[in-house]
Amino acid sequence: MATEILDARAPAGRPVAGLGGPAHHGPVDHGDGGGEPRSGFDPAQFGLWTFLGTVTMMFIGFTSAYIVRRTGVDWRPLPAPALLFWNTAALLLSSAALEAARRRRAALDLSGLRRWLGVTGLLALVFAGGQLLAWRLLSARGFFLSSNPHSSFFYLLSGVHLVHLVGGLVWFALVLRRLRGHRYATSAGGGALSLFATYWHFLGLLWVYVLVLIFVF
Amino acid sequence: MSHAEAHAAEAHAHAPQAFIWKYVFSKDHKVIGIQYYVTAMLMALIAGLLAMLIRVQLAWPAGDFSMLQKFVPGGYDSGVMKPEFYAMLFTMHGTIMVFFVMSTAPVSGFGNLLIPLQVGARDMAFPFLNGLSFWTFFCGCVTILWSFFVASGAAAAGWTSYPPLSALRNSIPGSDWGQTFWIIAMVFFIASFTMGGLNFVTTIINLRTKGLSMFRLPLTLWSMFLVAILGLLAFPALTGASLMLLLDRHFGTSFFLPTGLVINNTPLLGANGQWVHQGGSPLLWQHLFWFLGHPEVYILMLPALGFTSDILTTFCRKALFGYKAMVGAMLAISGLSFIVWGHHMFVSGMSPYLGMAFAVGTILIAVPSAVKVFNWLATLWRSRIQYKTAMLWGMGVVSLFISGGLSGIWLGQSAPDIHFHDTFFVVAHFHLIMAGAALFGVFGATAMWFPKMFGRTMNETLGKWHFWLTFLTYYGTFFPMHYIGLAGHMRRIYDPYQYEFLKPLQGLNVFITVSAIILGLAQILFFVNFFWSAFKGQKASENPWDANGLEWTTASPPPHGNWPGAIPEVHRWPYEYSNPDAPKDHVMQHEPPLAVESGH
Repeated sequence: MATEILDARAPAGRPVAGLGGPAHHGPVDHGDGGGEPRSGFDPAQFGLWTFLGTVTMMFIGFTSAYIVRRTGVDWRPLPAPALLFWNTAALLLSSAALEAARRRRAALDLSGLRRWLGVTGLLALVFAGGQLLAWRLLSARGFFLSSNPHSSFFYLLSGVHLVHLVGGLVWFALVLRRLRGHRYATSAGGGALSLFATYWHFLGLLWVYVLVLIFVF
Repeated sequence: MSHAEAHAAEAHAHAPQAFIWKYVFSKDHKVIGIQYYVTAMLMALIAGLLAMLIRVQLAWPAGDFSMLQKFVPGGYDSGVMKPEFYAMLFTMHGTIMVFFVMSTAPVSGFGNLLIPLQVGARDMAFPFLNGLSFWTFFCGCVTILWSFFVASGAAAAGWTSYPPLSALRNSIPGSDWGQTFWIIAMVFFIASFTMGGLNFVTTIINLRTKGLSMFRLPLTLWSMFLVAILGLLAFPALTGASLMLLLDRHFGTSFFLPTGLVINNTPLLGANGQWVHQGGSPLLWQHLFWFLGHPEVYILMLPALGFTSDILTTFCRKALFGYKAMVGAMLAISGLSFIVWGHHMFVSGMSPYLGMAFAVGTILIAVPSAVKVFNWLATLWRSRIQYKTAMLWGMGVVSLFISGGLSGIWLGQSAPDIHFHDTFFVVAHFHLIMAGAALFGVFGATAMWFPKMFGRTMNETLGKWHFWLTFLTYYGTFFPMHYIGLAGHMRRIYDPYQYEFLKPLQGLNVFITVSAIILGLAQILFFVNFFWSAFKGQKASENPWDANGLEWTTASPPPHGNWPGAIPEVHRWPYEYSNPDAPKDHVMQHEPPLAVESGH
């Protein structure tokens, strides 16, 4: 497919630039000494980290709004349902399970890999379901989106986080589909998994941050 | 056939052939760039027409315009414009121009076209994301245009959408679904810009060809790099704020809505006698908006500064003066843009100490800006200028950057700004420096890189007529606005002459309007030239301007995959003009080291 040739991520595309000049024996030639080689980042990882930067900026924006808004006279503290802490545990354990899966992959234990990936997905679903349940618990106690600014922020931030998490689950499904069979063992399979892991761990940290901001800070 | 050539040939052979994949849902950066550019220019046409209606109203508010009523029946009442329609006009003019034209044509249009060509890559880092970015943008365009046709009309709370006006659905007609569409369009736009920005940064950092260090990048690329970073870091604040505004509008929250709101003498009380909204802070929106808004105006302007540097050196055949200082200046402008947003809010109520900090930060921007201007002047100094159309636009940018920048020094100070705020002085300022410089930059870049878009050059005669008419009427339109602003003429006013003290300004307003209409008509020349040249223009060689960048080492237009053979390697910066040791008056980036350079 054309894009795979053009896609700069394809390792095959990389040496193309280097073959332009005549000197390719011996040490790497950086042009006439003034240039630098292309940086060693993997473009996909780099792009993902950049994306995480923008998500972080959005939550920094929310945080500053939260800090300003909580000085309002109508601020009523929202009680944290204990369920939220169980959800948090599920999400963090899901991250841990993903790491266990990656270790199984490194050990070329594909059945172990599948098992741990299953645990990762299951715990993620537990978290997502738990968040929805927590919303229902709060609304049953009379705390709605518009009840007071504290509950507004809770629904907003947990909602935006959940949207990113659902996006992550869609990605996870794509990774599982793309890597079925023995493709896990390839380096491309490892790359796809580690890319997803970066995002997944970020979501775990982000949730802990949201929880601390809203109920501890 | 070498390994590289085999690869390139394979890439070429794999280029999509079906029309829909080649030109509509393309993943080729050049096609996407042109798609962005053409869409943005069509949006500019619409937003420009809105501006014409604004100007007609300001010149003759009591006039009978039954003729216009035929075209916009909802906007007029027996030939006289409705006030709420006027509010929609300036809101939509600003929104479309800022986001869907000036953030798009230079950045997404030329960025996509030029980044892979100038860094020496076969495409952007993530071609699929790139195509997705364009179609997301397209959805944003459709949404914002659709809002004209919802029953209560388009958004009317200004391009800044300050609450409570933008947050209460029944406050004015445009605050109803029009404003919701505005928010949705904005979310589309930001998502699209984020995808584009990720591609820009990743491509420039990771895919530079061999020998192309960051300090050998053309300034156009530096500007694209910084603009992408600004967008990635600043836009999320508006995403977050827009979500909160949406919740305030439709789900009864009170992020931005304070206690005690009264609409048409009716207090906003709920069934239980309590205020529906309580304790929210309209100022919070302003902070979040301008945290985006100020970097955003540099997103508009920086590419024009980059284009200008590249155009000036090419057409005066002289090395760019102070390359590293130019890069440093752009870095400084970008960095400072994040800490000066408060200068848009001097009259919104802020501690004078905070105002002082924002004012000092703002004035600091004058330093890198002056560095840029002096370096351009030093580049031009005693050179043999080739007055091509692109060069005229480049010098136009320098002119507008100076005349618009000088009023910025006044507006950046809290004390004078309290007098100037929300007057036409501000309108004059930002139309000269931000809108004008960006627009002239886009026209210059179009003339310069047209060969890489369509393989032809634009018509010079038409181009020069377009430039001179635009240049004169642009100043004719916006320069007098300084004066009427100083005289107290507020911006966003439906009928200025309801005030006795503004009545003497009607003559000047008529002059501005006539000038603006000629300015609008002059753009017909551009569109004629653009489409005529795209199909019938003179065929361009690889390097019609004898320029130095990598984009000039491949065919015009470049093939799928950009270089039919191996990607060239870079040996120097892109500004090697009139080097006395070189055999000709310019040395391209990929040419092997000269005898003197390599020490032989």
